[in-house]
Amino acid sequence: MEAIQAFQRVVDDPGGYLKTLKAKRKIIGYCCTYTPEEIIFAAGAHPARLFGTKGAIQRADAHLQSYSCSLVRGVLEDALAGNLDALDGMVFPHTCDSIQRLSDIWRLNISSTWHNDVVLPVKLNTASAQEYLADVLGKFRRELQAWIGAPLTDASLKNSIATYNRLRVLIKRVYELRSASPAIMSGRAVNTMVKGAMIMDRLEAVQQLENLVQALEAGTGQTARSTAKRVILAGSICNHPEIYDIVEKAGAEVVWDELCTGSRFFEGPIAEDGDPLAAIARRYVGRMNCPAKHKDLRSRGETLLHMVQDHTAAGVIFLNFKFCEPHAFDYPYLKEMLQERGIASLLLEIDQELPAAGQLATRIEAFIETI
Amino acid sequence: MAEDKPRDPEKDKLKIKSAKKMRDIMTAYYIDAKTARDNGKKVAWITSGGPVEALHVMDVIPVYPENHSAMIGATKMGGQLCELAENMGYCADICSYARSDIACATINGGPIGGLPAPDFLVCCNNICGTVMKWYEVQARYFNVPLFIFDTPICHTDFPEETRRYVEKQTVEYITFLEQVCGKKFDFDRMMEVGKLSLQGQRLWQDILDTTMSKPSPMSAFDAFFHMAMIVTLRGTQTAVDYYQELLAEMRERAANKIGVVPHEKYRLLWDNLAIWHKMKWLSEKFAAHDACLVADTYTSAWCSSMKYLDEGDFLKSMVAGYTRIYLNIGVDQMADIIKKMITKYDVDGIVMHSNRSCKPYSLGQYDIRKRIQDEFGLPILMIEADMVDERSFSESQIETRIDAFMEVIKEKKG
Repeated sequence: MEAIQAFQRVVDDPGGYLKTLKAKRKIIGYCCTYTPEEIIFAAGAHPARLFGTKGAIQRADAHLQSYSCSLVRGVLEDALAGNLDALDGMVFPHTCDSIQRLSDIWRLNISSTWHNDVVLPVKLNTASAQEYLADVLGKFRRELQAWIGAPLTDASLKNSIATYNRLRVLIKRVYELRSASPAIMSGRAVNTMVKGAMIMDRLEAVQQLENLVQALEAGTGQTARSTAKRVILAGSICNHPEIYDIVEKAGAEVVWDELCTGSRFFEGPIAEDGDPLAAIARRYVGRMNCPAKHKDLRSRGETLLHMVQDHTAAGVIFLNFKFCEPHAFDYPYLKEMLQERGIASLLLEIDQELPAAGQLATRIEAFIETI
Repeated sequence: MAEDKPRDPEKDKLKIKSAKKMRDIMTAYYIDAKTARDNGKKVAWITSGGPVEALHVMDVIPVYPENHSAMIGATKMGGQLCELAENMGYCADICSYARSDIACATINGGPIGGLPAPDFLVCCNNICGTVMKWYEVQARYFNVPLFIFDTPICHTDFPEETRRYVEKQTVEYITFLEQVCGKKFDFDRMMEVGKLSLQGQRLWQDILDTTMSKPSPMSAFDAFFHMAMIVTLRGTQTAVDYYQELLAEMRERAANKIGVVPHEKYRLLWDNLAIWHKMKWLSEKFAAHDACLVADTYTSAWCSSMKYLDEGDFLKSMVAGYTRIYLNIGVDQMADIIKKMITKYDVDGIVMHSNRSCKPYSLGQYDIRKRIQDEFGLPILMIEADMVDERSFSESQIETRIDAFMEVIKEKKG
């Protein structure tokens, strides 16, 4: 599929791709789905999601202990290695303790980028937290506008929101088509598509996705009904597409996910009428949350259960970053909630490198046999 | 701990006399907490940096899982309890305070047979985001209300919107307490408790400052022991009275040139939480090199925001007071505070505990080390360990590194 190849190219060489965009606009990096990228896009800048390095981590070791997660270490490694020279700015929404300190370390060591902390509330379920969230987004808009040096109007925000809504609807449509007939597209391709859409120029991404959806819709019905077992992938980001291959080889399909490189990115439309910033804030409040944000005590588990039901999945694979506390704290209760409904789950803790070849496959195969 | 088990009269002289009283007070405090229900009182679990004063106003007994986990560490029960948490599905890389507390709650184990069950939980994230996840676990386990007091990190400044947000939460906190306690909040009482809290913090800072004397009358290891009061009984007359007594004793020791390390030659600063399970070993190890850890960034954190507090209006001033504490600020600001401490306490080197359990404290330490080395050229030792989980401690390796570090210090100072 042509669209997937286009996404693949930017995923393979994000630094090179971003350099081609740089001539036209400022590039702003980020590493969290709570980044108000609609505001960045509206300002005429380009928001680029960072996923960590593909190579070994060396330079970052002078700043971060080995017990920090591979995302935090990998993003810093790429920056120190010059792989992110295309960046003009970096935005750090408040995410977790590690990203909080990554922001400090970045500010103190990488002077070439504009630096902005969007210190979001950690709870989303109170009126004062929501007011504060709106305040913080407003401040980000003002600071970004001052840095860019051009007015950031409500009209441009509304246009941006419309683009993002379209982008998210299209990705979700691909997920829906795939949930209905998983054989139309590999899990690896889905992962590439989402990651690519978070790096690529958003208008180009929308165009590629329109083509992709059209091609998939035209092909539906021709695909043989899949007999694969259905599983859901839960966690933060998936940097190892090999996992999808292993799952498929073992006779299963990832039919939906609860990932930042997945549904946490595309779920939740933004209202297109009314105050645009308030609408963006409402999406964060209403959308399924990241475990680093407090909504209530069980909503993440309930979301996961609904996902399992809606997509008739037989099991859940938790893909947690090693050293990621917010996800590690949630795992036991999520596992228990699933277990109470007779849904099996498997926990994979992933560091920068995947475990030795075969080891991971054996665990995944054994899990898939049991569901 | 340093003042434990005197073996001869010379050592007896070194012993801090107030320590016994401190143990008695802490024992009485835990008995009160464990019998709270019999006495018609409510128990709240609260984070160590949380706004406890309002609980005292409501006659609620505050209980600190962090203090309890430190006790678990000090009694070397951490490894075993952490392992139990791991069997419950909690990954071995998460905070060992949380792991040991979560495990302990299910078996009422540990050094004091577990903490009394909470009626509600108060979680302030000025120390870390970990506490929010930890308290969510306990709110599910005990099925009790959870109040999250969200204090956004002040990377470089204290913005107006942050002040507004925390101010609103102060009001929400009081409303929450009125609901769970079923009675009105007494603002006059708040004035008194606020005064006592500030008084306690001033006294604690004065006690820590007696270590500017040479030789130092106490060490960071003593501070780790005596800090329990500023954490658990902050805002009470008990803490004020006790710290007055301890201050008098420390001042007397300073006047009489009684050092806690008999032949103090080298003065060091400790960074990060204590390694609770290795206090005695570390204290003796450094003392054998005639080195005294005279100050630390941890115990002083409880008076790190005094300048923002106003005893005339504690509730209003605690907005900045609880948000702008050491740890809830940028790494460069933390480095600046350490730089001031280096001069103030006249230290020859720094021991940094790279603590696997505490990311907000530890990530950034390498940059702090570099900034300090660039400016002061001080030797800095980095020890990787864990505050509670003794399984992450490599004794022979750390011993060799301490010896090598002390050689450098000796060479430099002569």
